[in-house]
This record gives sequence, C-alpha cells and structure tokens, in this order.
Amino acid sequence: MSLLRWLAIILHQMEALVVTHDLTKMFRTLTAVEGVNLTVHAGEVLALLGPNGAGKTTTIRMLSSILAPTRGRASIAGHDVVQDAEKVRSTLGLLTEHHGLYTRMKADDYLQFFGRIYGVPEESLEKRIRDLLHQYDLEDAAELRLGHYSKGMRQKLALVRALLHDPQVLLLDEPTSAMDPSSAHMVRESISGLRGANRAIIVCTHNLHEAELLADQIAIIRKGKIIARGSPSELKRNLLGDPIMEVRLAQSLNGLTPYIPDEVVVIAQGDDWIRYRTPEPASVNPLMIRSLQDGGYDVVTLSEVERSLEDVYLQVVSAGTRPEGVEP
Amino acid sequence: MTASSPRASILRGIHLVAMREIRDQIRDWRILTPIILLTLFFPLLMNITAQQAVDFVTRYGATIIGDRLVPFLLMVVGFFPISISLVIALESFAGERERLSLEPLLATPLRDSQLYFGKLLASMVPPLSAAYLGIMVYLLGLYLSIGWTAPPVLLVQVFTLTTVQALVMVSGAVVISSLTTSVRAANLLASFVVIPVAELIIIESMVMFWARYHVLWWIVLALFLIAVVLARMGLRLFNREELLSREIDVLNVRWAARTFWDAFRGNATSLGSWYRDVLRTTVVQLRIPIVMLAVALLSGYFLGVDLARTFTLPADLFQWDGIGGEMAEYLDAFNLMGTAGWLRILFVNVRAIIIATLLGAFTFGVLGVILLMITFGLIGYFAGNVALAGGSLSQFLIAFILPHGVLEIPAAILAGAAILQLGSAALRIPSGRSLGEGWMDALAGWARVVLAFVIPLLLGAAALEVFLTPRVVMAYFGG
Repeated sequence: MSLLRWLAIILHQMEALVVTHDLTKMFRTLTAVEGVNLTVHAGEVLALLGPNGAGKTTTIRMLSSILAPTRGRASIAGHDVVQDAEKVRSTLGLLTEHHGLYTRMKADDYLQFFGRIYGVPEESLEKRIRDLLHQYDLEDAAELRLGHYSKGMRQKLALVRALLHDPQVLLLDEPTSAMDPSSAHMVRESISGLRGANRAIIVCTHNLHEAELLADQIAIIRKGKIIARGSPSELKRNLLGDPIMEVRLAQSLNGLTPYIPDEVVVIAQGDDWIRYRTPEPASVNPLMIRSLQDGGYDVVTLSEVERSLEDVYLQVVSAGTRPEGVEP
Repeated sequence: MTASSPRASILRGIHLVAMREIRDQIRDWRILTPIILLTLFFPLLMNITAQQAVDFVTRYGATIIGDRLVPFLLMVVGFFPISISLVIALESFAGERERLSLEPLLATPLRDSQLYFGKLLASMVPPLSAAYLGIMVYLLGLYLSIGWTAPPVLLVQVFTLTTVQALVMVSGAVVISSLTTSVRAANLLASFVVIPVAELIIIESMVMFWARYHVLWWIVLALFLIAVVLARMGLRLFNREELLSREIDVLNVRWAARTFWDAFRGNATSLGSWYRDVLRTTVVQLRIPIVMLAVALLSGYFLGVDLARTFTLPADLFQWDGIGGEMAEYLDAFNLMGTAGWLRILFVNVRAIIIATLLGAFTFGVLGVILLMITFGLIGYFAGNVALAGGSLSQFLIAFILPHGVLEIPAAILAGAAILQLGSAALRIPSGRSLGEGWMDALAGWARVVLAFVIPLLLGAAALEVFLTPRVVMAYFGG
C-alpha cells in the first residue's frame, strides 16, 4: 500500500467521531464484548444489530464512559473514553435502553434539570426545550407529570433529553421501541435529519427495517464480537451473493429455455419468468433483453428481486461464524 | 457545565442533584406525612409527656427523674425525624437504580462524587430540617408550659449528635444500597444500620439518665469517625462501574473460591517460592498495621496496669516462693502438661485468632484488635498487681510471659495486623477491582499471613508454654 493511501486512511480515521480499537469488556469471567473495532464519521449512522445479550448495551455504555473497557480503547470526538470521561459524556447524547424518567416530575422541570447538568446556557435553555417538545409533538403534555405519559411519549421525551445539549455524537439504544407506527416514523425521520454534517449516530435496534432505512453502516454483533460489518448493500451482496434479477415475459416459455447470454446464470424459471444472478446488472440486463427479444419474447418487466436485511441478519446470526468476505 | 471555576462547577452539580431529589421527596406524601407528624405532633406529645412526668415525680419528691427525662426527650425528639433519612437514602440510591433512572444520570458529565454528595445531602437535609424544627417546637412548648430552657451546651450536644447520627445512617445506607440491586434487598440489609443505631440510642439514654453529659462528646467523636469511614467507603462503592456491573445479588461460590485461590497462591510455583512471596509482600503490606497493632497492644498493657490501681488484688496472691511445684500440679490437673497440653494451648490460641478475625472482619478490624488488647490488658493488670504487691515486675515478665511470649507476641501482632487489613479491605479496594474481589483478596492475604507465620509461631509458642515456661518459673521461684 502506498504512503499516500496510508496517509489518506489515517486522515479519514482522524475525521471519525467514534473510533474503537479492540474494545473489550469482561465482567469477572464473562466476556461481554470482545475486540470490537468500529469507526463512525460525522454525518454517518451506524446500526448495531444483534440478539439480546449480544453486547450492544455494554458497547454503548463503554462508548459513553459509563463502563471502562477491560482492554482496548475508544474515543468520542477525539476524547478518550477513559482518560477524558467527563468530556466524552458532555459530547454525546445517550438514549438508554430504559427511558429512566423521574415520574413525579413534569417535562419542563425534567428537561431543565438535565439541561443545566449538561451546561446548556440558561438564556437558551427555555427555547431549546420548547423547540424540542414542539418537534416531538410533546408540547401539549409539557404540564403533565411524566408518570402519566404513555410508553411512546416517555421514549420521545428520553430522546429529547439526549438531544438537549445538541451533542456531536448520539448513541440511541432502541429509539423507537414501544412507539406507535406514526411516532416511530416521526422519530426515524428526526434521526435521519440529525445526521447533519457534524454528527455521528449509533443506533442499537432489533428493528431491521429501521436499520436499513437509517443506517449507512451496519454492524452485527453476536456473543460480544462483531461478526459482520458494512453498508446494507455490501452486506447483502457479500452474504447473499450477487443481485438476483427477474424478467417477466409476455409469452409463455412452454418449458423451453430461450437463448441466454453466457454471462447470465439462471437460477429459476417459471412459465413466463426467469430469475438470474449477475454481478453486473448494468451491462448484463440490456444483453438479456436483446437476447429475449431476438428469440421472439417480449419483455414486460425486468427488476431486482428484493432481499431484505432480515435475510442477512438471520444468516449471519444463525451461522454464528464470520462469513467469508465480510469485514469484521 | 458552563464555564466557571472547577470548585463552583462541582458544587453546582451537587446542588442540582440534591435540589432535584429534595423536590421529588416533597412531592411524595409517603415521605412528607411522617416528617410533618414527627416535626409538629411528636414534639407536642413529648411536651405533654414531659410535663406529666415532671408533675408526677415532683409530687413524690423525685425531681431528679424529671430533670433527667426532659433532656432525654429532647434527644428523642431530634432522633425520630432523622430515622427517616435511612429510608430516603435507601430509596435514593437503591431505588433509583431499581427504577432504572440512574443510567441517564450516569451518562451526564457529573462526577461520581457529585452524584454521591448530591444524594447524600438530599437524604439528610429534609429529615434534619424536620429534626431541628421538632427540637424547636419541643423547646418552645416546654418553655411555655413549665418554663424550662435547655443549657446551651446540652443544646449544642443534641444538635451535633442528631446531625452526626443522620450522617452515619445515611452513609451506612449508601454502602448498603451500593451492595444491592433492589430496595427490598437494601431494606433487609438495613438492619446492619438499624440495630447498631438502636443500641447506640440505648447507650445514649443511659448516659443521659446518668447525667454524664460529657460522654456525649465522645459519642459524637466516635460517630463522626464512623461517618467518615462509611462516607469514604460509600464514595469508593458509588461509582459507575460498580453500579452497573452489579446485575443480580447472587452468591457465586465457584468464582469466590477461584478469586481467593488466585490471590492466596500469588505468582508462586512451589511452596518455597510461595513462602518467599508471602515474606516479601507481607513485610511491605503489613508494616503500618503492624506498627498500629504494636501501639494498640502496648496501650492495652498499660491500660491493664492502670486498672490494677483501681481494682487491686490481695498482695498475698503474689507470694510466689515455691510456686513452681504448685504450678506443675495445677497444669497437670488441667491436663496442660505434655503433648495434650501443647495441643490444648494451641487450640485455644487459634480459636482466639479466629474469633478476633470474625469480630474484626465486619467492624473494620476494631473489635478484633480490642479482643487482642484485652489479652494484653490482662497481662498488664497482673503485672500492675505484682508491682503493687512489691514484687519484681521484670521477674514476673521474664518467668511467666517471656519464654513463650517471644513467639506468641509476634504471632498476636501479625494476626492483629492481618485482621486490621481484612477489616479495612472495603475501604482500600484497588481501582478496577469490585468490592467482592477486594474482599476475597484481603481474605486471601489474611490466610497467607495466618498460615505462613501465625500458626507456626503459635505452634512454637504453645510448645514453649508447656515445656519451657513452667521450668523457668520453677527455676526462678523454686518448688
């Protein structure tokens, strides 16, 4: 690798807001997280997926300087999670797995309390609270005691708490759990909006649809280890193979196989459809259409077969081992 | 936090945490109701009680009882509201953890110490305010009804005592809360605070009825020292790592055994290397406790000497000419001669060390050291009596104590130092080690010292006591 390439990699790493290297946490004899390497840049969303007890929450707690790593290191916006713990906690917003609200307080008092702890200037705190309550549709409930909030409202208020000090890094543990579909949609939209130029977000979720919608990168964690990492499309390609295309024809094939170019690998065929796998849809699809037309078949539709992140997740998690070609 | 001096910033964090909790308490009728009752109605009830009692005892000329009862009730009026501080502290520390509202707070830039002191203040301020107010109501009532005013010194004593008692209860509750994961478990463990405090109140009552009011200052001092020790322990335990690493209160015997064995074995590869390791580390680790123990045992000895002046034994008990033969008969009668006697003395000494360890392990080493001090106090007491009877102190010590004391005294000092080290383990847990790990390390350290030094020394001491000491006595005193 050339010196310039190395330099480019180092500079890229320096821009990252969240960096972990060999991050490991042991509780007595139990290894909860082992050798986790992650990099999240400003403007990126990383979804951390994994079954219950996989080590997601422990990873988040180490990143938020609540638990100290047993081995390895991590930094948030350039601050070491062990050496600069207070700076780390000032820099990030954490939505905990359990909302943990004080149920006898009102939203306004509650947010003022946390705003003051985070050092939000008094002159802007009121406005910040009002704006966020308005944004998350909680304005009307501001005078209610938090004990009277629904689960979804509590979750939204906990998210507001995490956003109060406009953090550079957001760590969201199950941000839409317990929310009704419209609230969940609103929160997802909001998270998309939050990935502004200078903010990195890590979302722990069981909701694979949500991860696919929000994340630029997905890391799948199992038994404390990252077993797959990449963008949703990279993961699909690496784990489920090349894209699968389906062509639908106007005429019946009557059990015959039409002339098909050598580049195309047919994986299934029906009465009036053919499915094939190709690493290069842009060049292969036009060839396929021409061949079919030359054979007297009219093409009605040609589209990629939808493959969900769930397929990827289930394959990786059930296999339990690191699949080949997938970056750990 | 906003830009300000570090100290102001720290205090601001403590203030924020404390004020939020205090507001929360004021919103909870379950806390508010007993505080109001104990602040207003209880002092009035005590007023009536005091008034009735004074009237009654005056009728029979026993005014002294009334004189002692009124200050005693002053202390009780102050104590009742602060008893709530224990419940508030358990709720504030263990309760918040159980309700899972602690983690968002732990994710803020607040330091562990800010959270700790904020919660400590919040647990103390409302009950203490109620206690002070209750005392005022009681005093006002007494002044209006029987014209009694408290002597200023007594007032200062009661206010100080009430404050320090609240501090001890809250710091104790924090330690308990930090060791549990639920309010239920914390409440069960709270008896470790409730029972000693109840006993303390009984002692204070006796002191007040006896009108030995100066003793209250010693109690204040002792409580203050206990509060400092507990607060230090609480600060050590109340940290993010410890709070979130503890998931459920399960006793893991296998883990405990492994931790103990790892610490006990150290880096040793053979018995010889283990002994060298123990010798090297013990000298380093125990040097301060050894000095403390030596001072404590010497103090015990001189206290015994001093007691001999007050409780002097008849001088003819110390006429030892020809005692050697008599002594041999006694030893024989009690089966203390020969191998059986050797084993018996060894058993008694080892039993004393085990009892001292059990007492010391849960009292920061204090009771264990006191037990050893009593033994030296007895030696001092007899030595004092010998001196008062005109005998030779050096003869007594050389003949009766020194032959086996050469080994027994170092054994007692080493065992006491190890007990002190074990008892104070919770206060000196190395960073990165949990309380359980720290305690198992300390227990292993104790076992290393006892097995490597104390038992071999006691084996030798018991042999000397049986086979050499009687001969030295006979050589000195004949018979």
